[in-house]
Amino acid sequence: MPDPGLWAWPSVVGLGLLHGLNPGMGWLFAVARGLQEGRAGAVLRAMVFIAAGHGAAVAGVAALVLALGRTATQPALLVLSGVALLLFSAWRLLRRSPHPRTRFRASGWEMAWWSFLVATAHGAGLMVAPLLVALGTPQPSAHLLHGVASGGLQLALLATLVHTAAQLVAMGAAATAVYRFVGLAVLNRAWVNDELVWTAALALTGLASLVAGAAPRPTLGL
Amino acid sequence: MAVWRPDPTFYPSPRLAMKAPPEKLAYVVRLNPTGDGRGDALCVVDVDPQSSSYSKVVGAVEMPYTGGELHHFGWNACSSMLCPNAPHPHVERRYLVVPDIRTSHVTILDTKPDPTQPKVVKVIEPEEVHERTSYSRPHTVHCGPDGIYISALGSPDGEGPGGIFVLDHDSFDVLGRWEIDRGDQYLHYDFWWHLGYDTLITSEWGTPRMVEHGVLGDELLAAKYGHRIHVWDLHRRRHLQSLDLGSEHQMVLELRPAHDPTRAYGFFNSVVNLKDLSSAIWLWHRRNGGWAVQKVIEIPPEPAEEDQLPDILKPFKAVPPLVTDIDLSVDDRFLYVSCWGTGELRQYDVSDPFRPRLTATLQIGGIVRRAGHPAVSGPLNGGPQMVEVSRDGRRVYFTNSLYLPWDGQFYPDGIRGWMVKVDVEPDGGMRFDPAFFVDFGDQRAHQVRLQGGDASSDSYCFP
Repeated sequence: MPDPGLWAWPSVVGLGLLHGLNPGMGWLFAVARGLQEGRAGAVLRAMVFIAAGHGAAVAGVAALVLALGRTATQPALLVLSGVALLLFSAWRLLRRSPHPRTRFRASGWEMAWWSFLVATAHGAGLMVAPLLVALGTPQPSAHLLHGVASGGLQLALLATLVHTAAQLVAMGAAATAVYRFVGLAVLNRAWVNDELVWTAALALTGLASLVAGAAPRPTLGL
Repeated sequence: MAVWRPDPTFYPSPRLAMKAPPEKLAYVVRLNPTGDGRGDALCVVDVDPQSSSYSKVVGAVEMPYTGGELHHFGWNACSSMLCPNAPHPHVERRYLVVPDIRTSHVTILDTKPDPTQPKVVKVIEPEEVHERTSYSRPHTVHCGPDGIYISALGSPDGEGPGGIFVLDHDSFDVLGRWEIDRGDQYLHYDFWWHLGYDTLITSEWGTPRMVEHGVLGDELLAAKYGHRIHVWDLHRRRHLQSLDLGSEHQMVLELRPAHDPTRAYGFFNSVVNLKDLSSAIWLWHRRNGGWAVQKVIEIPPEPAEEDQLPDILKPFKAVPPLVTDIDLSVDDRFLYVSCWGTGELRQYDVSDPFRPRLTATLQIGGIVRRAGHPAVSGPLNGGPQMVEVSRDGRRVYFTNSLYLPWDGQFYPDGIRGWMVKVDVEPDGGMRFDPAFFVDFGDQRAHQVRLQGGDASSDSYCFP
């Protein structure tokens, strides 16, 4: 199995950038608040709360992976993540749930909660799960954390922080570009409907995770 | 119905909407007052000056039921879909939502693929509205970030309270009544909102019983019609404040908030002052964390001889202006005021909303005046009523019928329905377009909606 670090960390960062650039996941709200209040500080403040809410959603899944990692093997976790992703993709396809809503003058905490809901509905945390599992040391033993007890926690925290930081950077770039330079005219062109594409990505990741976990491992024949 | 990008007619801000290309089609409801069994219809009028069918009705769809009266209508989706706190951007502005103010049907028409031939795709039956909302006589339609909002005059038995109900954006299912806590609100008519302040405003006319058989003189003189506006928390759906104009200001009708979401003010009209028959334009605005109202324009009646007046006005020997519709341009600069009684359309510069300046007047129709139009010879009746302004503010369209039961009281010899168009100078000033006159003959017309949106169809979350 190729070194997971090669593709897992860039994926964690890449996902963060993608989430950050998505207008429906935060930067547009931050820009709107900045324009309503007439000051750039409002944009920054909104982004921080939104990133925090997003990070909390990812941290939640990371914590779950961590907890499960105490008792399950890596292949089992990969299969579990894969199945969860595939089920979630199916839910997104079939159930037309509306985008989470909040009031325009949401407080910082309301924005964070909204962002948490948006990230959860988007499957942000779930998408990161197989990556977290893959990043855990691939021990042939039955317990993932055997021998790397504290390493798992650090890993989960680091992955969450890296993902959230990437999101914040991307949000900041998009918000700054629109708020200061380009203006809102780009919105009609730039707000692409990622529903199907994202659901397909979730499903593909689920499939890949499932296959990676279920594939026979000759070296494990103990 | 999901699309890859937002509908090109969704604009994040009023400034961008002002740059929209000119409209080529207008949708107008056509009412049948003759009682000959034909239903009302949604007409399509060609408003492209370059077209060979300019000023002609190029399409008409009859409603699939009879006995109703069409009045106002709206779109399934508009610029508020871009609001970031409740986004729904990947839909098309495509369906017209047409409620019936008499029977309570709500008809959904699809304007694609051919916008000149809309097709009825769904009819919400009155029973569904009554059962799911306890409301009746739907009036105003606005596309909101989280659903299609429709106001209603009252309850199925003709009394109150009136209120707002919501349809699902995509399936058009009636979701139910909007209000969670209505406070002391009872009468209802129009509504709109300040999305940037999570605030909704409603106005007051009368219950269905008080309006469906004409204006009730004794109830009017007893000041029983509406004289308040109400302020609501849009997100929590609760009543916050009522603002009373004083009971002598009867019938508070059309609400036009500023389009720029950072501006916390809007204009509305009162129809008749019991003391002197004048009409007034008021401003609601934010003050000390709450809201207040102030009269900013007063339009006096015009004296007239008894024999020139319908029975209902003979005792007063004057024609009241009867301002029953107003419209605000998308840049919040010009306010148009329809004086249905005296037969005038007035344009005010409201750059300073507290001090409007009269910049132009056009006369056509009127109870006594009967002014004509360059395109036709002879006097015209009815008066300026439903007024609609284009997104870029350069064209204004209006029709001349108010509401069938009331048309007969003020224009007892009937109304020949027409629709006219005004060209607006950038800094104020109006001229009739002599090449535009749609003659509806014995049919009447009411609300006009422009293809792609107009000055009273869209709301914006960005300044």
